[in-house]
Amino acid sequence: MKSFHKSPWLLHYDASSCNGCDIEVLACTMPRYDVERFGIINTGNPMHADIFCVTGGVNEQNAPVVKQIYDQIPEPKVVVAVGTCACTGGVFKECYNILGGVDKVIPVDIYVPGCAARPESIIDGVVKALALYQEKHDKMVKEGRGLPEGE
Amino acid sequence: MEDYGKNIIEIPLEKLAIVAGEEKNAGHRLAQACATYVNDKYELLYSFEEDYAMTTYKVVVGLDEEVPSISRIFFPAFTYENEMKELFGVKIKGIVTDYNDKFYRIATETPFLKKKGGK
Amino acid sequence: MPKKTVIPFGPQHPVLPEPIHLDLVLEDETVVDAIPSIGFIHRGLESLVEKKDFNEMVYVAERICGICSFMHGMGYCEAVEHVMDIDIPDRAKYLRTIWCEFSRLHSHLLWLGLLADGFGFEALFNECWRIREQVLDMVEMTTGGRLIASVNRVGGVLKDITPDMLKQMKAVAENVGRELVPVADTFLNDYSVKSRLCGSGILSKEDAIALGACGPMMRASGIAVDHRKSGYAAYGNIDFDVITSNDCDGYGRVYVRIQELFQSVEIVRQAIDKIPDSEEIMIKPKGNPKGEYLMRLEQPRGEAFYYVKGNGSKNLDRFRVRTPTFGNLAPLVHTLKGAPFADVPLLVLTIDPCVSCTER
Repeated sequence: MKSFHKSPWLLHYDASSCNGCDIEVLACTMPRYDVERFGIINTGNPMHADIFCVTGGVNEQNAPVVKQIYDQIPEPKVVVAVGTCACTGGVFKECYNILGGVDKVIPVDIYVPGCAARPESIIDGVVKALALYQEKHDKMVKEGRGLPEGE
Repeated sequence: MEDYGKNIIEIPLEKLAIVAGEEKNAGHRLAQACATYVNDKYELLYSFEEDYAMTTYKVVVGLDEEVPSISRIFFPAFTYENEMKELFGVKIKGIVTDYNDKFYRIATETPFLKKKGGK
Repeated sequence: MPKKTVIPFGPQHPVLPEPIHLDLVLEDETVVDAIPSIGFIHRGLESLVEKKDFNEMVYVAERICGICSFMHGMGYCEAVEHVMDIDIPDRAKYLRTIWCEFSRLHSHLLWLGLLADGFGFEALFNECWRIREQVLDMVEMTTGGRLIASVNRVGGVLKDITPDMLKQMKAVAENVGRELVPVADTFLNDYSVKSRLCGSGILSKEDAIALGACGPMMRASGIAVDHRKSGYAAYGNIDFDVITSNDCDGYGRVYVRIQELFQSVEIVRQAIDKIPDSEEIMIKPKGNPKGEYLMRLEQPRGEAFYYVKGNGSKNLDRFRVRTPTFGNLAPLVHTLKGAPFADVPLLVLTIDPCVSCTER
């Protein structure tokens, strides 16, 4: 399972953001920034994903979708909140339909600030997520819920 | 060029369907429709376009007045009318595809009306 | 009679970066009806006018959408300027035009990339986005932000562009034009690309008028309407043609957008040549807006409406945005009817959907 944390797959979901951060998350996988050099692949299937990137402040209708996607991702998983809206609600905090931050719905591990979050900071967040991912995996192995590394 | 943005013609409610029909027959397209809540009244704006020329009609209606839908004349009006109905509570009847306040599926009821102390 | 099946499409879907949900009614493999349901990104930002004054609203307007962010801010500012009767300095008009065209360049390149991804042409996807990065670099150099520029203000723009930067912007725009040639050739002449696009999603001229299509969607159906011709900002002083296509299908829409990319490069070149030398880029607005105005402008995705109604206090009565994708929802439903199920993602992409704009 050595390749496990060296090649995490990333799932991106737009939970009512303005699109800016979504485009930057996509831009990370493009030739200029190229997160694929860390073995990261952008996937569309929650069942294949390890890292969950959420953008936006989450509105009423999106909350159950975010929860469902979170539940579908197998353990261990790391949630990265990308952008100011995902962290706190940002400029939309006072809107009537915004819950204000992804952490109101699901547990968040890494917060990436910025409006829109720059690709460099998103990559930094994802690399931090990798370390955390390793930690979570080790913990699972200790508890006897996962396979140890190197086999 | 003429300033189309300022030119807003006020018409009574009963003329709305007639005007919409005339615009349709002239081959114009529906540009936009929106509602505003001011002074305990709704102001509904309907804009029609022919190439670059635009005519905007304003209909002022009371809170409980029923507004006929123009979606049978202009099909795309259903999106605008569902929006008015859900966000403002404008009583529009006869929308072709009526979402019954499930267009945006928001938790608050008619947010644009409530916050100004209308109801 | 064959049995009908309802298949939900979205909100989380690999080809869509944004959530939109469609209920597709299928007979065998053919879509017979599609019911869009939106609201996944509805934030209700129009209601913020009660809490923020008309100057602060610029920043909210810019965040309606991260792709056409500059144009949203500009549309709002122009509407308020019309209400307050402010004639902004000429240099500010040209600066807005230049930034507008850079936004259009990056938006169209982004869309071309997503479309290529939609029909599974990964190399083309990456190539489009590689070219796009140069455009974003220029936006970042002049405004400080890659996507959200935040340089608009009621009464003008906040930052000036130095002559050196203008020269560099012109060089980059020309370079984008050069690098686009092989990409455009692939999109328009490649056999496999054409086989996916030609004849898919037919929208006739009559239907386009009846359903209220807008932007490239309408121009691809042979209607020559481009609101840049109405001469807001500095477009009145710039010479350009409206690009149309009579193909009425997905190929036509790609053609229109690709030609608009070359046109944007040309407009940037003209605007940089014509920009007047002046120190003044902003007029401070006096008083509060009172009155109403309906502003139209041409975004990458089509015409956008900004309705502003002020009552003489610092908070507006109403700020309303009608974005192009909202107008293109009805044409989308129309084009989906009769299409094979496998074409649905592609057809959704050809209207260039921007869901964040649509739902605000």
